[in-house]
Amino acid sequence: MLHVLLIVFLISLFYMSIANRMSTYVNVLALQGVLLFFVAFLELKHINTLNLILILLETIIFKSLAVPIFLNYVLKRNHITREAEPYLPNFVSLIITTVIVVTTILLSNTMEESYLDKMYFVVALSTLFTGLYFIATRRKIITHVMGYLIIENGVFVLSLAVGNEMPMLVNLGIMLDIFASVLILGIFLNKIGDVFKDIDVNQLTNLKDY
Amino acid sequence: MIEIYLIGSVLLGAGLFFNRGKVLNYALIWTFVALQCAYTVYACLNYNQTESTYFTYDSLGIIMLLTATIISIPTVIHSHIYLEESEENTPGSRAMYFGALVLLIAAVSAAYLANHIAVVWIFAEITTLSASALIYHHRNKLALEGTWKYVFICAISITFVFIGILFLSLSFAKAGSDDLSYSNLLAHSSILNLSWLRLAFLFIFTGFTVKLGLFPMFTAGVDAKDKAPGPASALLSSIVMCMGFVGIFRIYVVMANTPLLHWASLVVGISAFLSLFIAAVYMIKVKNIKRMMAYSSVEHMGLVMLGIAAGGIGYYAAILHIVLHAFVKSSFFFQYNQIYRIYRNKNIYQLGNYFKYNTTGAIVVLLAFISVTAMPPSGMFVSEFLIFRSLFESNQLILLLVVLLLLTLIIWAFAKNIFKILFIPVVNFDESTVPKVSPWRSVSQFILIGGAAYLGLNPPLIFVDLIKSSIMLLPH
Repeated sequence: MLHVLLIVFLISLFYMSIANRMSTYVNVLALQGVLLFFVAFLELKHINTLNLILILLETIIFKSLAVPIFLNYVLKRNHITREAEPYLPNFVSLIITTVIVVTTILLSNTMEESYLDKMYFVVALSTLFTGLYFIATRRKIITHVMGYLIIENGVFVLSLAVGNEMPMLVNLGIMLDIFASVLILGIFLNKIGDVFKDIDVNQLTNLKDY
Repeated sequence: MIEIYLIGSVLLGAGLFFNRGKVLNYALIWTFVALQCAYTVYACLNYNQTESTYFTYDSLGIIMLLTATIISIPTVIHSHIYLEESEENTPGSRAMYFGALVLLIAAVSAAYLANHIAVVWIFAEITTLSASALIYHHRNKLALEGTWKYVFICAISITFVFIGILFLSLSFAKAGSDDLSYSNLLAHSSILNLSWLRLAFLFIFTGFTVKLGLFPMFTAGVDAKDKAPGPASALLSSIVMCMGFVGIFRIYVVMANTPLLHWASLVVGISAFLSLFIAAVYMIKVKNIKRMMAYSSVEHMGLVMLGIAAGGIGYYAAILHIVLHAFVKSSFFFQYNQIYRIYRNKNIYQLGNYFKYNTTGAIVVLLAFISVTAMPPSGMFVSEFLIFRSLFESNQLILLLVVLLLLTLIIWAFAKNIFKILFIPVVNFDESTVPKVSPWRSVSQFILIGGAAYLGLNPPLIFVDLIKSSIMLLPH
């Protein structure tokens, strides 16, 4: 069951790489939050109940409700166009995502005597690199933020893998999640929306060396 | 005591943030300076003791804490002057500025002393928050752009460090202990899983380079130093860089006690060399004086990490160099505010004949230039020379030659710009509006540069002992 959930998580990355609309991105992020909720529920059997409740609340309320609602609000308020406007065609994105996943699978096979379920490793690392790839190839600032949220989800998967032995690390991951998301989303995305009317990274090129 | 210090700093920061009164603000910020000094003295008295499980007053932490305290005093003085002179100064922005300043200095100090990698990571996160408030002080489009880039790249880097910590815990799985403190890692260094450790080091190193200002994440720091107010840039290019160094150095010590020492040195060395190369390329074309100083910091961090990678005497030289660099570069950034006050510009084409308008300030610029380029009377000459010696002793002759060539380029570009600022008059400059700058404002810079020369040329025995004991765990 765990593996099924993780594989669905991986497939959501492929889906995102060919998605055209901004609202699809938001929906996939919400779906990933729900998937992480179930993964956390099934995986973290050995930690105390209070901690588990905190983790579950974070995934379901923060990741799959608060963040998507807020992203939708930002999209509406700043009249961001519905298209994602990638620099590269979707077909190329799909190929690159596939290459990333295959590479992480190959990498995971080189790690011998592992205490870790390799599925976690593959899903986490490919999510991380796909997120970085999204940041590099999308034009809008809000898609950069979504790329960052994807990276966060990948890190969360990885922290669940060691969660039973070291619950402290999962809590730290949640702290990072909330802290960075609030900092990035709350303060700056709002602010940038006010100052730069059309949110596009091409407007953020005024800091130069000459 | 560490709890009192942290709680006190948070309370003072909150007090500064919520009280908009001028006199009260100044009283609170000086209370913080007193607290910082008291805590530093306490830390020195409790040398090598552990407090509250997560903080150890070890030699590296003490060196860096002393540096931070010494630099924080002139920072507060220059922040006063800066805020008094700034036209956009409102009670709100001043309260925000001082609140963030207190939080930044306290978080950096705590990160120096933390003996647990997760604690260092938490305080690194807090520095991102407080530094971004400082960078956004001016509330204009360009500042917002700089802040956004800084926050975003820092957030990604912090995530990288966290992934590194997760891999570290995996490499540690065999030990059957969940304590990720550096001493425990060192104690179990023989049973760490090497392939996980490799990944952990790569991620932690990449993550901390954003604070250290090294390739690949150096860009955020350069933009931040460009847009932040002068005194805040001084902090960003001195004590925050030291924090990045501490983060990398402590995990490097763990690596050095495993068979991966050679591989880790290679990673650090490649990153350091690329930083030097990038700094040389940008120094030649840069026309913004603040960015020029920021790229010079990238160059010096490259040299520091080359020392670490070369090993031997390089370890000693690296720590000496980063301390001296903190003193000199912060005084350079303090001086920048006087330059801006006279010319109202930071483009090198619009600056010139500085000796005529502000003689004392010009002498500081000249001395700081001599120190930064490591010409003989400066202290950094000694540390840079030792780094070259370590490269020579580790038989990296070709690398040494290329590094010397790059440094020559950097010195040429730096000298060209600095001498233009000092001596060559600007066309169409209206002299009638030039304000008089009091020479007293340069005293702290003279003290810092003089102190750097003293520490480099004639280091007190206790300072040498502190550096030696902080590199004791590295192979000789």
